[in-house]
Amino acid sequence: MSAATSSAPWTSAAPPRPVPRAATQDPRWARALLIGTALTFLGLFLVLPLVTVFIEALAKGISAYVEAIREPTALAAIRLTLLVAAISVPLNTLFGIAAAWAIAKFEFRGKSLLITAIDLPLAVSPVVSGLIFVLLFGAQGLLGPWLMAHDIKIIFAVPGILLATTFITFPFVARELIPVMQEQGTEEEEAAVSLGATGWQTFRRVTLPNVRLGLLYGVVLLNARAMGEFGAVSVVSGHIRGLTNTMPLHVEILYNEYQGAAAFAVASLLALLAIATLIAKTVLESRMGKRTRGGHG
Amino acid sequence: MARDRRSVLPGFGLTLGFTLSYLSLLVLIPLAGLFVKSASLGFDAFFAAVTSPRALASYRLSFGAAFAAAALNAVFGLVIAWVLVRYRFPGRRLFDALVDLPFALPTAVAGITLTALLAKNGWIGAPLAPLGIEVAYTPLGVTLALVFIGLPFVVRTVQPVLQDLEPELEEAAASLGASRWLTFRRVVFPILWPALTTGFALAFARGVGEYGSVVFISGNLPMRTEIAPLLIVTQLEQYDYAGATGIAVVLLVISFALLLGINALQRWGLKRFAGAAETA
Repeated sequence: MSAATSSAPWTSAAPPRPVPRAATQDPRWARALLIGTALTFLGLFLVLPLVTVFIEALAKGISAYVEAIREPTALAAIRLTLLVAAISVPLNTLFGIAAAWAIAKFEFRGKSLLITAIDLPLAVSPVVSGLIFVLLFGAQGLLGPWLMAHDIKIIFAVPGILLATTFITFPFVARELIPVMQEQGTEEEEAAVSLGATGWQTFRRVTLPNVRLGLLYGVVLLNARAMGEFGAVSVVSGHIRGLTNTMPLHVEILYNEYQGAAAFAVASLLALLAIATLIAKTVLESRMGKRTRGGHG
Repeated sequence: MARDRRSVLPGFGLTLGFTLSYLSLLVLIPLAGLFVKSASLGFDAFFAAVTSPRALASYRLSFGAAFAAAALNAVFGLVIAWVLVRYRFPGRRLFDALVDLPFALPTAVAGITLTALLAKNGWIGAPLAPLGIEVAYTPLGVTLALVFIGLPFVVRTVQPVLQDLEPELEEAAASLGASRWLTFRRVVFPILWPALTTGFALAFARGVGEYGSVVFISGNLPMRTEIAPLLIVTQLEQYDYAGATGIAVVLLVISFALLLGINALQRWGLKRFAGAAETA
């Protein structure tokens, strides 16, 4: 902040005396108090819960832990979570790239309205996000009778879980990519096009290398939410064991059946995912040289 | 949506067309379906559903707890952002990264963990029980779960503004004889204020709709510890589509109003901050 602390000219006087505090620095007691408050708060609200997940998971020993994860319905839940992420992550990534290209590289009327509309799913309660699909595709829903007549099941089946997850995670890549692409401007792309590159070549050889890290950042956040979503998925899933239970739903069922250690064992996998997400996020942030980003919601 | 200025870049029609169709199919049409459904209920049924005593109690809890949690987060989030930006201490980067944990940790995991910690036999709940403080299965527990969920919103909106703050402003204040506290109160805090209110509003909006981290700790007693999103789920499970739809519309309208308000706050913050930077 200020250089005055280290090399003030008067410190050259023979008896070493304490360097006076710069006028823009906080008194030592205030520093200690604030750091103490912040770390206590973070310790109680973040560190302690994270540690608790693993302690509770191992409460009945390693073999019970492994057993809880290798149990067939747990494995089915893991498979379903991976499947849902494998579909909704590429879909929303593709959407994010398209939206960012249109919004960042072109001027058009209604742009800010479009950006607000893209943010909508972040404002909607997860439960309401699930409900809207029940109202559309459920047995009592607007399209329910037609779906029933054609023997198509969406609600209480995997397609419903996919829809709800894709809805919830819809804005993640677009939100990260739009500012990065806007910062990049359009000059490099214009140069490429004027030299005869096709649109696809321009995107792949010019735009993509420039926004690669921002894209990856968005995908990391998108993936974490897709695998961890609970409320929206809970409404549409029907909680059928081995069929429509994702990992977070499996955790809920075990917990409500008083199988605490097993619930925390599966939860610990999700906590590991969260830790991996935080590490990837931090590494990407420092490589992009960007300062800490705003929240997602 | 006509293009105002011609561009040589290709792909405008394709990408905008895809964006608009995907947005409409996945987000706009399903959301509109909720309003169509609620309109088909008729005014009386809708009004009865959204103003039943149980629904009113659930709004009170959801909004009250979300407000209290956002207020707590505004205070502690500001302290945490200040400490992370201004001071150097061992473990600072680790704590900085950890602030995003509530974004990254699935809400169900957060819910069962907080319940285990705050229950009467939990690490935090046990020492509080003899003092007569019950946390789990009370509105206090709901509030604490929302504090967990909302914390990063405040820290991550205040932090960048604090990082960009010109040191000259504080030096000028100090050189004019202001104490540290006066400088903070009259120079720094007014600049942080828009970001702080934005963070508060984001945390509040998230808290109102939050489900996963709260259902486990709330105990779900109708009229006492039942949050509005849970009431929707309960009514849906009882095939009370009218009730669920009505409360969902109330939550949705409030969320949209909050989203618009937050956008306005962010624009205000940008303008305020740009103004402050120019005068520096």
